[in-house]
Amino acid sequence: MKIMVAVKRVVDYAVKIRVKADKSGVETSNVKMSMNPFCEIAVEEALRIRESGAASEVVAVSVGPAQCADTLRTALAMGADRAIHVDSGALAPLLPLSVAKILKALAETERPGLMILGKQAIDDDCNQTGQMVAGLLKWPQGTFASKVLLDKEKQVATVEREVDGGLETLSLDLPAVITTDLRLNQPRYATLPNIMKAKSKVIKKVSLEELNVEIKSDLEVVQVTEPPKRKAGVILSSVDELIDKLKNEARVL
Amino acid sequence: ISTLVLAEHEGGLVKPSSLSAVEAAGVVCKEKSISVLLAGSGPRLQEAASHAASCHPLISQVLVAEADILKHPLAEAWAKLIQLVQQKDGYSYIMAASSSFGKNILPRAAALLDVSPVTDVVEISEPRLFVRPIYAGNALCTVRYTGSDPCMMTIRSTSFPISSISNDSKAGAAPISQVDLSTFSEETLGKSRWLKLASQDSERPDLGNAHVVVTGGRGLKSADNFKLLEKLAEKLGAAVGATRAAVDAGFVPNELQVGQTGKIVAPDLYIAFGVSGAIQHLAGMRDSKVIVAVNKDADAPIFQVADYGLVADLFDVLPEMLEKLPEK
Repeated sequence: MKIMVAVKRVVDYAVKIRVKADKSGVETSNVKMSMNPFCEIAVEEALRIRESGAASEVVAVSVGPAQCADTLRTALAMGADRAIHVDSGALAPLLPLSVAKILKALAETERPGLMILGKQAIDDDCNQTGQMVAGLLKWPQGTFASKVLLDKEKQVATVEREVDGGLETLSLDLPAVITTDLRLNQPRYATLPNIMKAKSKVIKKVSLEELNVEIKSDLEVVQVTEPPKRKAGVILSSVDELIDKLKNEARVL
Repeated sequence: ISTLVLAEHEGGLVKPSSLSAVEAAGVVCKEKSISVLLAGSGPRLQEAASHAASCHPLISQVLVAEADILKHPLAEAWAKLIQLVQQKDGYSYIMAASSSFGKNILPRAAALLDVSPVTDVVEISEPRLFVRPIYAGNALCTVRYTGSDPCMMTIRSTSFPISSISNDSKAGAAPISQVDLSTFSEETLGKSRWLKLASQDSERPDLGNAHVVVTGGRGLKSADNFKLLEKLAEKLGAAVGATRAAVDAGFVPNELQVGQTGKIVAPDLYIAFGVSGAIQHLAGMRDSKVIVAVNKDADAPIFQVADYGLVADLFDVLPEMLEKLPEK
């Protein structure tokens, strides 16, 4: 069985982001970019499943501009077998629905038994692509996964999900889509030999035309602004003073 | 203009977060044309339907889908149900709360309807103009939906507080109708099965709706120490929350996590003990009305958002607060 993992290139999680003065977006030039942390967890999970013998190949996929090849190179250095880069060229960042359609088209040619994605990207925080590609492919979905068990014989995945009320367990027939939550695993670091080895692995470039996917833009960014700042508070000296403030100034007790 | 609200129910009642989605629907739907969709099976579903019919003056219709496959909130069946209802009734808007339920189901349904949905709406400026946080709330993005109907979104319930609960149970109750599920069959149904839900039963208020939240971070050091926090929560009638670090360390279960990927809260009073204030955590609580931080480290970023700070050992402060706070 083959596992397809989708990875996204985003502003590194440790970067303090700056909103552009013209409100057109967030500053991304001269900013460190990395693989979305949830996608790293997705790659790690795919590798672990392959290492357990339940899968034979891990294919990493990314949709975006030319620099996405770096992100795919990271996935290959972690241990993915090969990669596919769908070049979105000069198009503005694609909406999750378009990315889902692209992933669907790739899944139809690659025919993976499992598709793993991060539950959300830490830039747009959309939390949509996995659910959408599952819907388009008519595959069952296990979102926000914190534990995945694969039964190779029965072709079933048991997925534990982090939901508001606790932990929910689902059983999914393969092929299926899984999206990862933070506690699913601790992603590995790429070792130097593996980084070297990754340089000879193949990143196949695919154009949007080849995939014949309709790119929809039914959602338009009007502006990006800074959130209102909270006014600086005060440092108090005792519990008594705190209780007094909460009672008589903030009036919340 | 008509709006469909996907609602969750529990114990025969519509969940408060779903009623927040009704409030949000009220912003785009001035006339009384909001339908609430409930699904499941058994007597609890019918109780929830009666509750939905009379609990909010904006609700004009309650749609009930009763089937075994809908007994648990499986995205495959729910998304199909939404597609079915939309094809029949043609709503202009489809909304749900940004709960794990809404986030799991709504995007899948949107893909079936070929719509780009909007996640985590915190403000509706114009009927098709929405504000949503990006980068863990470090920026706000205004987006316009330019596609055809339906416009679909999940809303942050903390941004749409419930204002108009009506208590006169039967007066002016909205009609309840059953969704015709005779055509409800598809190859995806049955490819997923619900096995179980492990949850911690708690007497305390729900984290998402509590007026007061007390949160512990890594500074609490152990699961046992969280019991101190629970005592304080009891005294304040508060819910207990935790940071990702505290959850990862195994002090408390995951459903208590407040932050970018956990729960978003905006209580009247938020008290953080031993919380450093990582941006991912701040994303989940920055809209609280009054924030109190207790931390030994005077440089902890949490103090930059706190209205009141105490630079002190939480193990001194907690017992003192327990002793000195008035009973609720």
